[in-house]
Amino acid sequence: MESLVATAIGMLTATGVYLLLRARSFPVVLGLALLSYAVNVFLFAAGRLAVDLPPVIRAGGDYTDPLPQALVLTAIVIAFGMTAVVVVMAARAYVESGSDRVDDEPSGNGDGGDRW
Amino acid sequence: MVTHEIVLPIVLPAVIAAVIALTMRRDIALARTASLASAVALLLLAIALVSLASDGSVRTYALGGWPAPFGIVLVLDRLSALMLLLTAVLAVAVLLYAVNGWDTRGRHFHALLQFQLMGLNGAFLTGDFFNLFVFFEVLLIASYGLMAHGGGARRVGAGVRYVVVNLAASVLFLFAVGLLYAVTGTLNMADLAVKVPDVAAADQALLRSGALLLLLVFAVKGALVPLHFWLPDTYANAPAPVAALFAVLTKVGAYAIIRLFTLAFGEGAGDAAWLAAPWLMPAAMLTLLLGMFGVLAARRLAAMVSFAVLGSMGTLLIAIALFTPPALSAALYYLLHSTLAAGALFLVADLVAERRAGHGDTLVAAPVFAQSGLVGAMFVLGAIAMAGLPPMSGFIGKLLILDAARDAFNRNWIWSLMLSTSLLAIIGFARGGSSLFWKSASFPGRLDARQLTRPALTITAAGLLLAANAALVVFAGPVTRYLDATAAQLFAPAGYIDAVLGAEGGNE
Repeated sequence: MESLVATAIGMLTATGVYLLLRARSFPVVLGLALLSYAVNVFLFAAGRLAVDLPPVIRAGGDYTDPLPQALVLTAIVIAFGMTAVVVVMAARAYVESGSDRVDDEPSGNGDGGDRW
Repeated sequence: MVTHEIVLPIVLPAVIAAVIALTMRRDIALARTASLASAVALLLLAIALVSLASDGSVRTYALGGWPAPFGIVLVLDRLSALMLLLTAVLAVAVLLYAVNGWDTRGRHFHALLQFQLMGLNGAFLTGDFFNLFVFFEVLLIASYGLMAHGGGARRVGAGVRYVVVNLAASVLFLFAVGLLYAVTGTLNMADLAVKVPDVAAADQALLRSGALLLLLVFAVKGALVPLHFWLPDTYANAPAPVAALFAVLTKVGAYAIIRLFTLAFGEGAGDAAWLAAPWLMPAAMLTLLLGMFGVLAARRLAAMVSFAVLGSMGTLLIAIALFTPPALSAALYYLLHSTLAAGALFLVADLVAERRAGHGDTLVAAPVFAQSGLVGAMFVLGAIAMAGLPPMSGFIGKLLILDAARDAFNRNWIWSLMLSTSLLAIIGFARGGSSLFWKSASFPGRLDARQLTRPALTITAAGLLLAANAALVVFAGPVTRYLDATAAQLFAPAGYIDAVLGAEGGNE
C-alpha cells in the first residue's frame, strides 16, 4: 500500500507542477488543485498508513493517529476557498486584459506607463 | 486567573472586520471610524503587551483551555510583542492615508484590512506550526483582496501572479508540516524544539528536508532570491496604502525564519543545529545586490521603492543568517527601520502620483506640481533612511549589522557588499529625486493643482511613519536595549519551552 500511495502522491505532484508551469489560467488552477490533493494525501501518510483502525484510543486496541485527519480537513477547506479566490481573480484578469496568460504579459497591455 | 489580553490582538480585528462587512457596507464614514478605532485600540494594546513582555517572561495562552502540546497555544515574548507594535503603527498610518479616497475605489477595503491585521497578529503570536499555516492563509486571502482593490488590468494581472505564487508556497508549507509531524509527532513549536535533538539518525534526512522546505516557504514570503520575482510586480502595482501595509508582510517571512531557526534548529538541535545558515547567507547577499540594482534601473517611484524593499530584505536576512545575538539584535533594529521607511516611501510615491496628473510617479521631468517642496522634503528623508545615510535610522541599522559581522568568517564579503550596495541605493534615489523634483523645477509650466482629497491627512499619515523612523534614532538607546534583551531571549529557548510546556501542566 505504501508504494501505491507514494506513487499517487508523486503523480499528482508531477502533474500539478507541469500544469502550473503552463502559465495559462485554466491549467494553473487545475495544477494548484492537483497539488493540494497531493498534499492532502501526503498529510494522511504523515500519520502512518493504517487500515481498519479507529482514530480513538481504546483499552488494549490499536488506533490510528487522528491528528492528520484534522489537518487534512482544515487543508481541504482552505484549499477549496483559495481555489475559488484564484478562479475569480483569473476570470477578472481575463475580462480586464483579454488574455489568460498568468506570466508577464507582453508589453503595451495595461493602463499605460511603465510596469516597473 | 486566566487573562485574555494575549488573544485580543487576534479577536478584536476579527470581530471588527465581520461587523464592518455585515453592517457598514453602505456607510463608508462609519466603516472608517470603526476601522481606525480598531487600529488605534490595537496600537494601545500592542504598547501594553510590549511593556508586559519587557519583563522578560514568556506568557502563554492556551486556546480553549487545551494544554500544550495537545492544544494550540499563543505565546507572547519580546519578539512577538515587538512585531505586534510594528504592525499596529503601520496600520494606523495606512488607514489614515487610505481615508483620502483609496478605500472607496473598491468594496470592503476596511473589512479586508482588519482581516489582514488579524492574520498578521495571529502569525506573530501563535506557537503552533499548523496554526501558523492557518494564519498565513488568513493574512494572504485578505491580501489578495487588498491587492486587487481598485481593479485595473495591470493590478489584477499582478494580483493573479501573487496569488498563484503564494498558493504554491502554501502547498509546500503543508508538505513541510507533514514531514516534521511524521518525524517528530508534534506541531507545537516548543515541543518540536524538545524533540528535534532526539531524532534518530535514520530520520535526519526527513527532518532536514522538512526544515529546509519551511525555510523555502518563508523565503517566498520574505522575497529571497531566487524566490523574489513576485515582489516588485506586486508591490509596485498594489494600491499605495496596501503596498505600505505589505511592507510588513515580507517581515512575516523574516519573523518565521527567526522563530523557527533559533527555537527548534538552534544551538540545542544536535545534528540539525543552525541548519539554515549556509543556505540563507548567499541567498540574502544576492537579494541585496539584485534589489539595489533594481533601485538603479526602476522607471517608476513605486517600483524603485519595491526594489529597495527587496534590497532591505537582503540586508535583514544577512544579519539574521549570522545567527549571533548581536547580529540578531541589529537585524531586528533594521527590520523595524526598513518596514517604517518602506511604508513611508510607498505613501510618498502616491503623494507624488496623485499630484502629477498624466505623469503619475514615472521618473521623468514634468511641470511642477502642488506642494512639490513639502513632498520633496519627505522623499529626501525617506530616501536617506532607506539608503542608510545619517541622520536617519537606516544608518544606525546598517552600522549595527556591520559591527555585528566583525567576527564573521565572511566579514569582507558582507562589509563590501553592504557598503557598495548602499552607494547604488544612494545613486538610484538621487536619480529618482532629481528627475521628480529638481528637473521638474526648471520645467516650463505648472500642473494645475488637482482637486486633492484631504491633502493634510495624507501628508500627516506619511509624516507619521517618517516620525516613527526618526523616533527610532532619538530613542535608539532604549530600543537597542530592548532588542538586545529580545535577542538574548531568542538565544535561550529554554525559557520559551518551559513557559509553553510547563506552565499549563501539559506534561504527559
